[in-house]
Amino acid sequence: MSQSGKPTGLFKNLSAKIAAIPMVLTALVIFVGCSVWTIVFSFTNSRLLPSANWVGLDQYERLWSTRRWMISIENLAIYGILMLILALVVGFLLAALIDQKIRFEDGFRTIFLYPYALSFIVTGLVWQWLLNPEFGVQNAVRNLGFETFSFDPLYNPDTVLYGVLIAGLWHTSGLVMCLMLAGLRGIDEDVWKATKIDGIPAWKTYIVVVIPMMRPVFITTLVLVTSGIIKLYDLVIAQTGGGPGLASEVPAKFVFDMMFVSQNLAQGFAASTMMLVAVIFVIIPWAYLEFGGKKHG
Amino acid sequence: MQPSVSIQNLKLDFGSVSVLRDLNLDIGQGEFLVLLGSSGCGKSTLLNCIAGLLEPTEGAIHINGQNVTWAEPSDRGIGMVFQSYALYPQMTVEGNLTFGLKNAKMPKEEIKRRVARAAEVLQIEPLLKRKPAALSGGQRQRVAIGRALVRDVDVFLFDEPLSNLDAKLRADLRVEIKRLHQRLRNTMIYVTHDQVEAMTLADRIAIMKGGVVMQLDAPGVIYNKPANKYVADFIGSPSMNFFATTLDSTREPKVRIAGKDVYLTGYEFTRPGISGDVWFGIRPEHIVTGELADMAPAQFEVAAELAEPMGAETLIWSTLDGAPLRFRVDGQMTVSPGDMIRIGFDPARASIFDTVEELRI
Amino acid sequence: MADVTTTMQRPSPAHASGPKPRRAFSRRNIMIYSILFVLAVYYLLPFYVMLMTSLKGLTEIRTGNIFAPPVEITFEPWAKAWSTVCTGLNCDGLSRGFWNSVKITVPSVFFSITVASVNGYALSMWRFKGANVFFTILIIGAFIPYQVMIYPIVVLLREMGLYGNLGGLVLVHTIFGMPILTLLFRNYFSSVPEELFKAARVDGARFWTIYFKIMLPMALPIFVVAVILQTTAIWNDFLFGVIYTRPENYPMTVQLNNIVNSVTGVKEYNVNMAATLLSGVVPLTIYFLSGKLFVRGIAAGAVKG
Repeated sequence: MSQSGKPTGLFKNLSAKIAAIPMVLTALVIFVGCSVWTIVFSFTNSRLLPSANWVGLDQYERLWSTRRWMISIENLAIYGILMLILALVVGFLLAALIDQKIRFEDGFRTIFLYPYALSFIVTGLVWQWLLNPEFGVQNAVRNLGFETFSFDPLYNPDTVLYGVLIAGLWHTSGLVMCLMLAGLRGIDEDVWKATKIDGIPAWKTYIVVVIPMMRPVFITTLVLVTSGIIKLYDLVIAQTGGGPGLASEVPAKFVFDMMFVSQNLAQGFAASTMMLVAVIFVIIPWAYLEFGGKKHG
Repeated sequence: MQPSVSIQNLKLDFGSVSVLRDLNLDIGQGEFLVLLGSSGCGKSTLLNCIAGLLEPTEGAIHINGQNVTWAEPSDRGIGMVFQSYALYPQMTVEGNLTFGLKNAKMPKEEIKRRVARAAEVLQIEPLLKRKPAALSGGQRQRVAIGRALVRDVDVFLFDEPLSNLDAKLRADLRVEIKRLHQRLRNTMIYVTHDQVEAMTLADRIAIMKGGVVMQLDAPGVIYNKPANKYVADFIGSPSMNFFATTLDSTREPKVRIAGKDVYLTGYEFTRPGISGDVWFGIRPEHIVTGELADMAPAQFEVAAELAEPMGAETLIWSTLDGAPLRFRVDGQMTVSPGDMIRIGFDPARASIFDTVEELRI
Repeated sequence: MADVTTTMQRPSPAHASGPKPRRAFSRRNIMIYSILFVLAVYYLLPFYVMLMTSLKGLTEIRTGNIFAPPVEITFEPWAKAWSTVCTGLNCDGLSRGFWNSVKITVPSVFFSITVASVNGYALSMWRFKGANVFFTILIIGAFIPYQVMIYPIVVLLREMGLYGNLGGLVLVHTIFGMPILTLLFRNYFSSVPEELFKAARVDGARFWTIYFKIMLPMALPIFVVAVILQTTAIWNDFLFGVIYTRPENYPMTVQLNNIVNSVTGVKEYNVNMAATLLSGVVPLTIYFLSGKLFVRGIAAGAVKG
C-alpha cells in the first residue's frame, strides 16, 4: 500500500495532461498563435516574404479602396443572405415534407442529402456543365422549340452569382434538411395531439408552435451555414474561377490570390483579418444567445 | 482495537461550496456503517473520498492504520459497488470479475480461485460467460458485488446499490447483503437515502446533512432518541408530529398542549432542568387510539380530516393545537372525515428539542 | 380517431400536414408525393447528366441533348480520365490524384481520430485543470476562417521541413479535424456513466488501460461515425491540398479542377464528367453504404459543446 504524500499540481493526472499535449499545441500554436501572427503581420508591407516593416493601417486603407475587394465583399453579402434564407426555407420545407410519415422516407432523404457528400469542386464542375449555354439546360430547352429561351447565368456578370447560388443550394440544403428533420423528430408527439384537440390547422401549428420550439436547431443551422458561406472558395474556383471578369470574386479567393499568386502577403493578411472580424460578429451574438442566455433561462 | 476506517478532519470544497466540513468518523473492524441523508448531504461525496475517487481539500483518511489520503483507489484495500452497477459492457461476467485482478498482475490460478469463490458465494456460476446486457438487474448487481468480493479486501463501499432495482428485488438483495456481511465480517460502508435499508442493515447509522454528521448511533437509538429535530423528522415514515410549546421544569417537568398540562413522567432528559420554548415531538406510531388511549398518560380528542387506508392500517390526518397531526389506526376501522377520535400517548416516548439549536433536551 | 377525419375534411389540403393521417391516396398525399418527386428530380439531375455525358462520344455531345441517354455507350472517357488525361507535365490521368488522395486520407483519418478520441476521453473523464480553457479555444478555433491561419502554417511547415510533403498535409488535416472530432468524442464519452470510470479506477486501471480496455471497445460506433465524417471531409478538401502540396502530390480534387478548368486544348466534356464522377466515387460509396451513420456524423457537427 502506498504511503505517498499529496501529489503536486503538475503531476496530478499526468497521463491525461501528456495525452492532451496535441490539443494544447493546436489551440495555442495554431488557433491563437497563427491568428495573432497574421493580424500582426497585416500591419507590415510584407510582399513575397513576411517582413517586419511596419506601415500601420496602410494595408487596410489600400484594401478598402481596392475594387476587387469591394466586389468580393458585396458578392459574399448577396450570396450569403440569399443562401441563408433559401437554405433554411428549402431545408425546412424538405424536412417538413419528409416528416409526413411518407413511404420511401429513407430513399428521399438519401436523394436530398447525397450532394453534401460530394466536394465543392465536383459540385461546381457539374453545375458549370449543366449551365453551359452551348450544351446545357439552355440548349436542351431551345431544342424543344423555345428558340429564344435564355438561361446562361454563368456567362453574365449580373447573374453569375445566382448560378453559383443554385449549385451551393443543391449542395447544402440536404444538410439543413437533415438538421431540421432531427429537430422536428425531437418535438414531442403530444404537442401534435394537443394542437389537434385544440383544432389548430397543421400549417399554423408549424408556424406558431413547432418553429419556435426548434429555435436551438435554427440557431445551430444558422451558424453552420454561415461559417460555410464565409469559407466559400472551392465552389467558385471550380464553377466560375471568379469570372466573368471579377463578377464572382469572393473574399477567400482574394486572400488566396494575394498570398500565393500576387505575392502581396500583407494585403492577404489584412483581408483575412477582416474575414476574422466578420466571423467574430457572427459568433459573439450566437455565443451570447447560446451560453449567455442560459443563465436567465 | 484499531479502527478499520478512520476519517480525520476531512474537508472538501468544490470552489466556494463546502461539501464536507471538518468531518470525523471512526468505523470499527467488521462494522456495517450506513451513511444516510437526503440528496446533496455529502454522503456519496464522503464515500468517494474514502474510495479515493475524489480528493479531499483537507484532512486525512486511514484504512487499517495506513494513511491512504492520497493513495490510488486500487491501492487502498477497498472494493466498491455502484448504483448503476457500472459493469464493463463489452466484457463477460468473468471478464468483469477478473479485470481488477489482471491489472494487479495476479497469478492465473489465484484469479481462478477467487472468481470461483465469489461466484459460489453469490450464486452466479451459470452467468460467468454472459455479457452484462444479458443479465437482469438483480443479477447485474450481484456481479457488481462479486467484483468487490474477488478483490479480497477488508472494506466494502456501497454507493446506493439497490436504488435502481424495483421494490421486491430491493428487499431480496437487502437480505442478501446482510447475509453476506454476516458471513464475511468485512467492514462495510453503505450509502443510501432509504431509511428502511439503513435501519435494517446498519450496525450504526450516520445521518448527514450539509456535509456534517448530525448523529452517529445504532439504528434503535437514532429512532428512539434522535439527537436533534432534523434527525427526528428525517427518520420514520410518516414523520414525527411536532408541537411548538413551552417546557416548564420548575417542579415536575411538563409541557402544555391544547390547553392541557402533559407531565413528562418517565421521559429521559438529556439536559434536565431546562425551561422555555421547545419542540415537542411524538411519532405517529406512538399515538394510540380506542381502549389503549384511555389508559395513556396524555389524552386528547381530535377530528379526523383525511384518511389514507393502506391495508393493514389507516393513516389519519388531523390537527392538534394548531399543528398537523398524523397517526395510525387499525386497517379494519372505518374513519370518515369529521369523525372525532380519542387519542393518547406516553410522553416518555416523546422527543423534546430546544427551538434555538433544535437539539435534544 | 375523430380528430383525424376533421383534418381530412379541412378545405385547404395544401397546408394540412403534420404527422398523423395515413390514408394512401388522399389529395394531401398526392400533393406531398408530387412535390417530393419534382424535388428529387432536381437533386438527381446533375448526377444523371454527369453519368450520361461521361458515356457519350464527343460528337454526340455536340449534336445531342445533355439529358438524352447515350445512343452509343462508350467507356473511353472513363479510361482516358483515369489513366491518360494530362495535368500540367503529367499525363498519367486522375489515377495519380486518386492514389495521392488515398495516401493523404488514410493517415490523416487515422491520426486525427486517434488524437481526437484521446482528447475527448481525457476531457470528459479526467477533467484536469485548464482542460476546458483549451477545449473552448479549440471549439472557437473551428470557426476561424482558414484563410487567417494558412500562411503562418506554411511558415511553420517550412521550418519543420514538411512543406510540400504529404506529411505536412496530413498534419494540417489532423489539426483542423481536431475541433469537431474532439467535440464528437467528448460528447460521446460524457454520456458514458461516470460510475463505470470510477469502477475501473477501483479496479486499478490507469489512464491508458481505461482508454484501451474499457472506453475504446465501447466507442466503436462513434469511431465509425468519425471515420465516415473525416474520410469524406479530407477526400473532398481542396484548399489545403492546393496550398500545402506540390503538384506531383496534388490530391484528386485539385487535379480534377486542373483538368477540367485548364484553358489549353480542346474541351473534352465527356472526359471531364468521367473525371468528376471518378472523384466523387469514394465519398458517394461511403455515403450510400453508411446510411444513417453519415447522418449521425452530420448531426454530431451540430451538437453544441
